[in-house]
Amino acid sequence: MKILVPIKRVPDPATTIRVLPDGSGIATDNVKWVINPFDEIAIEEALRIKEKQAGSEVVLVTIGQSTWQEQLRTGLAMGADRAILVKNDGYLDPLALAKIIAKVAAGENADLVLLGKQAIDDDSNQVGQMLAELLGWPQATFASKVEFADKRVTVIREVDGGLETIAFNLPAVVTTDLRLNEPRYASLPGIMKARKKELKEVAAESLGLDLAPKLKIKSLTAPPKRQAGRKVASVEELVSVLHTEAKVI
Amino acid sequence: MAESLRDLDYFSLDDLLTSEERATRDTVKRFVQREVLPQIERHFAAETFAVELIPQMAELGMFGANIKGYGCAGMNNVSYGLIMQELEAGDSGLRSFASVQSSLAMYAIYANGSEDQKKRYLPEMAKGRLIGCFGLTEPDHGSDPGGMETRARKDGDGWILNGTKRWITNGSIADVAIVWAKVDQGITGFLVERGTPGFSTRDIHGKFSMRASITSELILEDVRLPASAHLPNARGLKGPLGCLTQARYGIAWGAIGAARTCFNTALDYTKSRKQFSRPLAGFQLVQSKLVNMLTEITKGQMVCLRLAHLKDQGKMRPEHVSFAKRNNVNEALKIARDARDMLGANGIVNEYPVIRHMMNLETVNTYEGTFDVHTLILGRDITGENAFE
Ligand SMILES: Cc1cc2nc3c(=O)[nH]c(=O)nc-3n(C[C@H](O)[C@H](O)[C@H](O)COP(=O)(O)OP(=O)(O)OC[C@H]3O[C@@H](n4cnc5c(N)ncnc54)[C@H](O)[C@@H]3O)c2cc1C
Repeated sequence: MKILVPIKRVPDPATTIRVLPDGSGIATDNVKWVINPFDEIAIEEALRIKEKQAGSEVVLVTIGQSTWQEQLRTGLAMGADRAILVKNDGYLDPLALAKIIAKVAAGENADLVLLGKQAIDDDSNQVGQMLAELLGWPQATFASKVEFADKRVTVIREVDGGLETIAFNLPAVVTTDLRLNEPRYASLPGIMKARKKELKEVAAESLGLDLAPKLKIKSLTAPPKRQAGRKVASVEELVSVLHTEAKVI
Repeated sequence: MAESLRDLDYFSLDDLLTSEERATRDTVKRFVQREVLPQIERHFAAETFAVELIPQMAELGMFGANIKGYGCAGMNNVSYGLIMQELEAGDSGLRSFASVQSSLAMYAIYANGSEDQKKRYLPEMAKGRLIGCFGLTEPDHGSDPGGMETRARKDGDGWILNGTKRWITNGSIADVAIVWAKVDQGITGFLVERGTPGFSTRDIHGKFSMRASITSELILEDVRLPASAHLPNARGLKGPLGCLTQARYGIAWGAIGAARTCFNTALDYTKSRKQFSRPLAGFQLVQSKLVNMLTEITKGQMVCLRLAHLKDQGKMRPEHVSFAKRNNVNEALKIARDARDMLGANGIVNEYPVIRHMMNLETVNTYEGTFDVHTLILGRDITGENAFE
């Protein structure tokens, strides 16, 4: 089976994010970059599938600048077989990203595209769904368990209020949720081996796609600072404050 | 989070690292965060080493990581240093374990062993299936190992060893001990396997420092060894000293990790702890301590990175290592003591990692050449005068 795992480079969840004064983006100096944690779960799942199904191949793809190679190398160090960097400098919206991944998936003859349900930077949660639509493939989002029997996939999804089990045939798109697995570490010998694995670069423009964004980021603002708590005298006061001030009940 | 492994990179030194070096650091940091921190206080309290971590550390390639071949990861010395830094950000005892396994035991065999010995021991040690220890210090000879009393005498083809080694990290959990002993021609090394008749170990208890690490005595009473147990290329004190240079190199890096954890803890604590109606971090005296910590950690990082590059280029001298070990450990110890002070009463309990690091660093200051011994090494280097004896 050929599994394509699209990954995104995002700021380390442990870094403190500062919004630029003009609201055009975030300050990137001193930001540590990592693989989007949901995508890391996707890599892990792909590797586990590969370990069970001999002859499988795990191909990583990312869309971004040359520096994003670093995250691809980390994925290769975890055990992926090769990687593709689709080079692009400007902003791409989820639809443009889905178009690029669809093109790569078709070109690679992938059986399965496994990706994070969302990226922790903008939390769009759209690429997987759009990708499945563009490819005309079945999709299972928020996967917390993925099982194979021949070409048939059974996925348990985390949905509001419980779990949903769905089954479909490959090729397909699956997006990963937090509880699917715990990603392995990139071992030190793995890091050394990753050096020699294939990492191909393709220019986004060369794909012949309309990538013009339909979405525009107008401005970013930091969330308001958390106010100190306040003590109330009675349950009556609490209920009234929740109703009139916090407006949550 | 009371305990924080987060980085401290005031001068963007990360930009000077390769992506592989960063990835190595991140793997070890994560390992420490996930696997070590939840267990470490328990081990420290019980005076036990976390043996359960050995298989995973081996699988991740942490043992002998900078050795080429023999099943080792073959990383450069920046990566090796970063491994030590991250392990010691967790606990000095954990870093000690890795230092002894890699830089003392494995390196002793790598640098002084026959090809047969290297093939027999190194791959198994890299896999963590064989644990090593390094016996140089004796009850009566610490800073002056040249005065050692352990003797080896020829017995037909083989050897007979007698003597006592003390303060030996991993002693009782080791499968193979590197034992340094005197022969007629001077000092040389032997591989003594666990279970060899006449060889026994006894753990040292009652430590206030390095409690999450095993420290033992090795007792050798008429231990008969075959010729194949002798390290053929170990001739003179430079045999063990060559290993110590490797381990001290890692310690210089490790100290930064311990200091960083203490700094991060003190920073978080003083920002949130209020006295006299404002955060402690708002007082000048507290800021002065924090700034000193930041400054010394950053200087230590720069020294280590330069040292690593010199080592990778084959230009590092043992005196460079003395400089870095002496300075970084001493500064780390001062930082830990300051952090302990800044946490007030909370600084003496194991809810925070600071006092554990502080007590550990007392050992780090002493072993592998005390602060003053490195002063003498550097003093001799710049004056040409030997002040040792
Ligand atoms: C937890 C722990 C683990 C250890 N692990 C190992 C191990 O795995 N293998 C191993 O071989 N050893 C190990 N050691 C031993 C360690 O290396 C020695 O303790 C160290 O070399 C110091 O020797 P000493 O304790 O005999 O102190 P001493 O040499 O007696 O020194 C005592 C004091 O005198 C000072 N001093 C000594 N000589 C001079 C001088 N010429 N001029 C001025 N001052 C001087 C020293 O600086 C120190 O302050 C370990 C020690 C500890 C505490």
